[in-house]
Amino acid sequence: MASRFDIRRQTGFTTIAMICFFALYLPIVTLVVYAFNSGNSIAVWEGVSLRWFYQAWNNNQVVDAAIRSLQIALVAATVATIVATMAALATTRTKPYPGLGFKYAFINQPLMVPEIVTAVALLIFFSRIKIWTGYSGLGYLMAAHTAFCIPFAYLPIRARLESMDLSLETAAADLYATPWKAFRRVTFPLLWPGILAGLMLAFVISLDDVVITEFVKSGGQDTLPTYMLGQFRRFITPEINAISTVFLLISILIVTVFFFISRKKDHE
Amino acid sequence: MESAEQVAKDAERREIRDRWLLSAPALIIIFLAATGPLLIVVVYSFLTPGPYGDVVWKFSTDGWLSVLMQRDIFDDTLAFADAHLSIFWRSAKLSFMTTILTLLFGFPTAYFIATRPARQRDIWLFLITIPFWTNLLIRTFAIQEVIRNEGIANTVLIKLGIISQPIQMMFTDFALMVGMTYVYLPLMVLPLYASMEKIDFRLVEAGYDLYANRFQVLRRVIIPLVKPGIIAGSILVFIPALGAYVTPRVLGGSKNMMLGNLIELQFGQGRNWPLGSALSLSLMAIVMVALLLYVRAVGRRGGAHG
Repeated sequence: MASRFDIRRQTGFTTIAMICFFALYLPIVTLVVYAFNSGNSIAVWEGVSLRWFYQAWNNNQVVDAAIRSLQIALVAATVATIVATMAALATTRTKPYPGLGFKYAFINQPLMVPEIVTAVALLIFFSRIKIWTGYSGLGYLMAAHTAFCIPFAYLPIRARLESMDLSLETAAADLYATPWKAFRRVTFPLLWPGILAGLMLAFVISLDDVVITEFVKSGGQDTLPTYMLGQFRRFITPEINAISTVFLLISILIVTVFFFISRKKDHE
Repeated sequence: MESAEQVAKDAERREIRDRWLLSAPALIIIFLAATGPLLIVVVYSFLTPGPYGDVVWKFSTDGWLSVLMQRDIFDDTLAFADAHLSIFWRSAKLSFMTTILTLLFGFPTAYFIATRPARQRDIWLFLITIPFWTNLLIRTFAIQEVIRNEGIANTVLIKLGIISQPIQMMFTDFALMVGMTYVYLPLMVLPLYASMEKIDFRLVEAGYDLYANRFQVLRRVIIPLVKPGIIAGSILVFIPALGAYVTPRVLGGSKNMMLGNLIELQFGQGRNWPLGSALSLSLMAIVMVALLLYVRAVGRRGGAHG
C-alpha cells in the first residue's frame, strides 16, 4: 500500500476544524486591525494611525473605568484566592466527613446559577443595604466579584492539592514542625503554582464581568466592560476597538502565563 | 483514664472543626454575596410592585401569574401573555440551536486537536483557550463588526457579486444564533477534547478490522466513547445561552429579546420587580432541571460501567 491507512482520520473533520479556527480569529483580528484605522469608521479603512489609542488614553471616562476595573479585580481576586486556598485545604486530602459534599456544592454554587439571576438578586439585596447604611461605594462590587471569583480560584488550587504528595507534610509533622510551619515551609511552596493559577483566573474573571457589574454598580461606577456596553448604543468609533485591543492584550498575557503554569503541572 | 479510642475520636472531631473554620470565610462570602440574596428574590417574587420600582410589602401572587398570563385591564379575565411566551420560546429555541451548532462545529474541531501529535495538541488547545478567556463583550462586539451591514461579511459578498444589497443580519434571530455560536464554541470544544483525549484507538482499529467504514466507526465507536463530553459540552453551552444577556443586547433589537433582557426590563423601565424576580426564578428552575437531567445521564453511565 502506498500510504498507511490512518485509523484516526475522519473525512472532512480537518476542514471543519480549520474553518472553526479561522472563524474564531477572523472577528478578533478585524477588531484589532480597525483599532489602528485613521478614519472615523470601524468598517472603512483609511490608513494606519494610533489616534484612537491616544484618544482613549486621554478620555477620562475610559481611564477612570479602567482604574476602577483594576481596583475591583485586584481586591476580588486576592480575597477570593486567599479564602479559596483555605477552603481547598479544608476540603481535600481527607476521608469524607459530614458536610464535605455540602461545602463542594456551596462553593460551586455561583457557577450553577445563571449570571443574570445572581445579578438581579444582588441588585435587590444591595439596594436595600444602600438605603439602610447610606454607603454606596465600590465595596458592593468588590463583594459581588469576590463571591463569584471564589469557585474559579478554588478549582485549580484544589486540583493541585489533590495531585500533591502527602508524605512530605507527614515528614514535616514527624520532625515536630507546627502545622503553620509545615504549611509555610512544605505545603505552600508545593501549592503555589495552583494558587497563582487560581489568582490569575479569578483576576481575568473579575476583569471580564459585565452582567453582575451592570446590575450592582451605582451611578458613576462604570467598569471598563460596562462602559463599553453603554457605548454600543451610540455611534461606534474605533476608540472602542482601541480599548478592546488593549483589554485583549492584557487577557491574552494572563491566559498565556496561566496556560503554561497549568501545562507544566501536567508534565511534571 | 481515656481510652485510645476516645483520644482518636477527639482528634478526629477537632480536625473536622478545624476544617469547618478553615472553609468558613469562603462559605460566608458566598452566602452573603451570592446564595443568600437568591432567597430574597423568592420573597420579592411574592410582593407588590412599588410605583417607582422596588416593592411594596404586600403579599401578592401577581408576579408569578404574569410570568405566563396577563390580566385584561377591562374585564379582569386571564389570558396567556403572548409576549412572554414568545420570549421563553425564542430563548429555548435559540439556546437549543446554538447547542446543536456548537456541537456540529466543535466535535470535528475537538477531534482534530485530539488526534494531533502530543506536542502539537498544546498549541491547538491554546488557540481555543484564548477566545475562551477573552472578554465575552469584546468577542460579541467583534462578531458584530463582521455581520453588520457595512461589515466584512456583506462587503465580501457584494465584492464577489453574490448580492447587490447588504443583507440585514444585525437585530435578527440569525444574528443572535451566529453570535452565541461564536462566543460559546470554546465551551463545547474543551469538554469534548477532554473526553476525546482518552479514546483508546485500539477500539477504533477493532472497528475497522470488523469491516466498519469510517462513518460506522464514528457513529458506533467514537461517539459512544465521548458521550460524557458531548453531554458536558451541551450543558455548558445550553445553560449560559438560556440566560444570555450581553449577546442579545448587543446583537439583537427590541424585537429579539431573550429571557435575560426581559428580566432586566422588569428592573428598569418595566418597574415590576416581583415579575422580574419570578422570571429569574423560572429561569433558574429550568437550569436546575437541565442540570438534574445531566447528573442523571452521567450517573446512569457510571452505573452501567460499574
